[in-house]
Amino acid sequence: MEEVRIALRNVGEIDPVSVEEFRARGGFEGLKRALSMGPKEVIDEIIASKIRGRGGAGFPVGLKWDMVRGMEADQKYIVCNADEGEPATNKDRILMSGDPLSLMESMTIAGYAVGATKGLIYLRAEYPYLFPVLREAIEAAEQSGFLGRDILGSGFDFSVALVSGGGAYVCGEETALIESIEGKRGESRFKPPYPGAIGLYDRPTVINNVETLMNIPAILTGGAEWFRSIGTSDSSGTKLFTLCGNLNRRGIFEFPMGVSLRDLIFDVGEGVCGGELLAVQLGGGSGPILNADQIDVGLEIDHMGPHGIALGAGGVMVINDSHDILDIVENTMEFFADESCGKCTPCREGTIQLLRLLRKIKSGRGRVSDLENLEELAEVMTMASLCGLGQSSPIPLISALKNFNEEFVSILEGRCAPW
Amino acid sequence: MVTLTIDGQSVTVKDGTTLLDAASAAGIRVPTLCFHPDQKVKANCRICVVEVEGMKTLAPACSTPVREGMEVRTISQKVRMARKNILELIFAHHSKDCLQCDKNGTCELQAIAEEMHFDYAVRYPVEIKGDGKKDLSSPSVTRDVSKCIDCNRCFSVCNDVQTVCALSRSKRGYQTLVGPAFGKELAETVCIGCGQCVQACPVGALTVHDDRDEVWSMLDSGKEVVVQIAPAVRVTLAEALGEDPGVISTGRVITALRRLGFDKVFDTDFSADLTIMEEGTEFLNRLKNGGALPMITSCSPGWIKFCETFYPECLPHLSTCKSPQGMFGAVIKTYYAEYAAKDPEDIYSVSVMPCTAKKFEAKRPEMGRDGYRDIDAVLTVQELAKMIRYAGIDFGALREGTFDEPFGTGSGAGEIFGSTGGVMEAALRTVYEVVTGKTLENLDFTVVRGFDGVKEAAFDLGGKKVRVAVAHGLGNARKVMDAVRAGEAAYDFIEIMACPGGCIGGGGNPIRNWKKLSRRMEAVYRLDKALPIRKSHENPAVQRIYRDYLTEPNSERCHELLHTSYVDRSDIVK
Repeated sequence: MEEVRIALRNVGEIDPVSVEEFRARGGFEGLKRALSMGPKEVIDEIIASKIRGRGGAGFPVGLKWDMVRGMEADQKYIVCNADEGEPATNKDRILMSGDPLSLMESMTIAGYAVGATKGLIYLRAEYPYLFPVLREAIEAAEQSGFLGRDILGSGFDFSVALVSGGGAYVCGEETALIESIEGKRGESRFKPPYPGAIGLYDRPTVINNVETLMNIPAILTGGAEWFRSIGTSDSSGTKLFTLCGNLNRRGIFEFPMGVSLRDLIFDVGEGVCGGELLAVQLGGGSGPILNADQIDVGLEIDHMGPHGIALGAGGVMVINDSHDILDIVENTMEFFADESCGKCTPCREGTIQLLRLLRKIKSGRGRVSDLENLEELAEVMTMASLCGLGQSSPIPLISALKNFNEEFVSILEGRCAPW
Repeated sequence: MVTLTIDGQSVTVKDGTTLLDAASAAGIRVPTLCFHPDQKVKANCRICVVEVEGMKTLAPACSTPVREGMEVRTISQKVRMARKNILELIFAHHSKDCLQCDKNGTCELQAIAEEMHFDYAVRYPVEIKGDGKKDLSSPSVTRDVSKCIDCNRCFSVCNDVQTVCALSRSKRGYQTLVGPAFGKELAETVCIGCGQCVQACPVGALTVHDDRDEVWSMLDSGKEVVVQIAPAVRVTLAEALGEDPGVISTGRVITALRRLGFDKVFDTDFSADLTIMEEGTEFLNRLKNGGALPMITSCSPGWIKFCETFYPECLPHLSTCKSPQGMFGAVIKTYYAEYAAKDPEDIYSVSVMPCTAKKFEAKRPEMGRDGYRDIDAVLTVQELAKMIRYAGIDFGALREGTFDEPFGTGSGAGEIFGSTGGVMEAALRTVYEVVTGKTLENLDFTVVRGFDGVKEAAFDLGGKKVRVAVAHGLGNARKVMDAVRAGEAAYDFIEIMACPGGCIGGGGNPIRNWKKLSRRMEAVYRLDKALPIRKSHENPAVQRIYRDYLTEPNSERCHELLHTSYVDRSDIVK
């Protein structure tokens, strides 16, 4: 299957911090085009492209920008969410290490469109080796007049600063990320107000994921119509997938939205290694766990479909049948119990109780009532948690309960206790 | 205006109103825990979630703004299930010793559990937060983390309102702890003992350090047990015993204390008047002889420790006067001991204060002489109210008592020490007359009254313009002190009180919010207005002590007994 490389267009093709090589492949053309248009026109183009956020929530990018553009403020910010913390995703790392200048270009376009002069990249603490790369890219762009004062003679100023992440998963959540940049404990804020109105230092703030931003210059050079022609009607463009787990071929791949999960596993990933396909966890740590019969599905942002799938950050973790599904679920739930920031009651207390109930069931001491309690608690966490972390943390468990129901029921009934 | 429907009732409220307030306007009280009317919205406990038509998740009523046409249900099946589960999650991680808890009967969590008919077993193994040890290290505040529900109200008041930042949050998820950083005890932190966290805590995690047992035992010891009651006490004690905020109970407090077995009951208003004599004289001296200006009041021990910790270079600006409690303590063990022909060793001196920081103040090495303490024990209003209840005294039915001699009662100037701006106003009444030699026509300096965080005014004292500022709550104090430190404060005299509202907002009072506080403040000025003597220098007991014992304000003996020195405590923040 042939990849369609938009976000990955320069990765592996150029010296990542060479402005010359970058420009030879059309780098900064998107920015030039943007600067030749009015900010509102830029936003209209982005709206027309129908591009949606690649970080997981899938919010329409143009609308987010337009909201910030409409805000009156002494300062606005563009924040790039590079806190790639979702288990089983690695795409932003590849994008930043292979094509950091595109990120600078994208952030500058965003700044121009919404009227922000300052950009910040919140870089995952576990990617320390990317700091020098990004710093060099910033300096290179500055030296060649693509960042800094009076960019390309347009009169528009824009700077980009690097901020190290705090090392917590929750800081990938946009409001916790803001708190972290402000030097506070990484904890989500309640919404509304949204960062577009009250964001970093209480100023209107655009927060976009790395992958989202990487598409922006291509939309401006290729046009909204071209971009919309790729992917599905609901989710335009391409998506980066992190293929990992028990696959013969693993890595980061870019395909149009709507690509079949089966094709990703058996064609791109060259099939399951070490056994037969047992399960796929889609999207990342908070994504649903599907069984082998559920992979005939096209992947797009919020394809609810028969199995309630959401694409999330594009992780595809393939699990072969040498594993027990309860081990997989337990591992995931341990992750959330550890990463809950502790701010709101349902997530702080609920993640650990979910894990305990699961372990009780897994140990063979569980009862049917434990399963019911678990489902009730999961529902409450989904409905009542403060941020996406608490709201989505029960998803792997709930999906596994549904998609691997037989395994759970058989343990409860004492029919088999392979553990 | 926005019109929405809540539980089938149409309600029209201002744009920007939260669902919590809109529900309240519709006559519906949504339960809350982390919400506090005097604080920023936190939306973390989630007990106030409600169902909004069209929303996938439930919405916290405290933080969700109204929208036109919104349809809200506050007691739907979903909401009830969520609240039940949230409460259960809290109880699964909360100490169960309600019966032994200081907040038994006044706990917000207990009240919600009762309202929500929490009569079923928690489905999770119950664990206790923390290591099970109470932090008794602070003389002011006791912290019991096993009761903490992570609502962050204490954190908010300590960091946002008081800017002391003794409380922080550590660890995460289930291990999250609200408390001093690095697992330290309160006494090892920058905590200044103001007790505002006690006022903020909905449960029993932060309570007043309890000294009742010691006082009970001294009441039976054969020593003469004397007690002084601070100005604010008479407007908050009745409230602590279930009466309305702002009910004045001076005479009943006196009778109750006698019934409890206190031998003599004195009025701290007396030493408040003494403070005015000393502080007023000190101020005039500084004005005349070029001392450190602006001069800053020193009545509030929380403020003193704050200044010692965060603004040590400003200590020369502090008045050297002890607080009224401190002055009275010294006077009791010297002047009064002589008057009563007692050995100071045989006098046990208690004070009843609205203040938790006074417990710390009484333990300062400066507050004693010849091996004995000036003040032996400090009880807060909360503790005294509990003693009165313990003794089965029907407070409502008590007859009015009067204060004991030789101190009698205080002036209206002493009375208003209880409120922010009171010390300033009291000082101005005396200083004006001393400087000008004229009788003050209008005693009400209303410009320094009220709840504004920082109040400024200028007065003409016989041709000399005196610029004053009044700040209450340490966040406001910090603003003023940053200007003082930078040399940019255009003031001569500053009053600072650690607690919002002044002593009537002190940490040792019954739990309050702004509404109650304003009722208390009204009562303070009502008391002042009703008194025949409203100026400190006209208090006959004050005149007598100067004549018989102290000679004149700022005399050598005054300095020995009524003045103090301060300590640089900034090492802890370096």
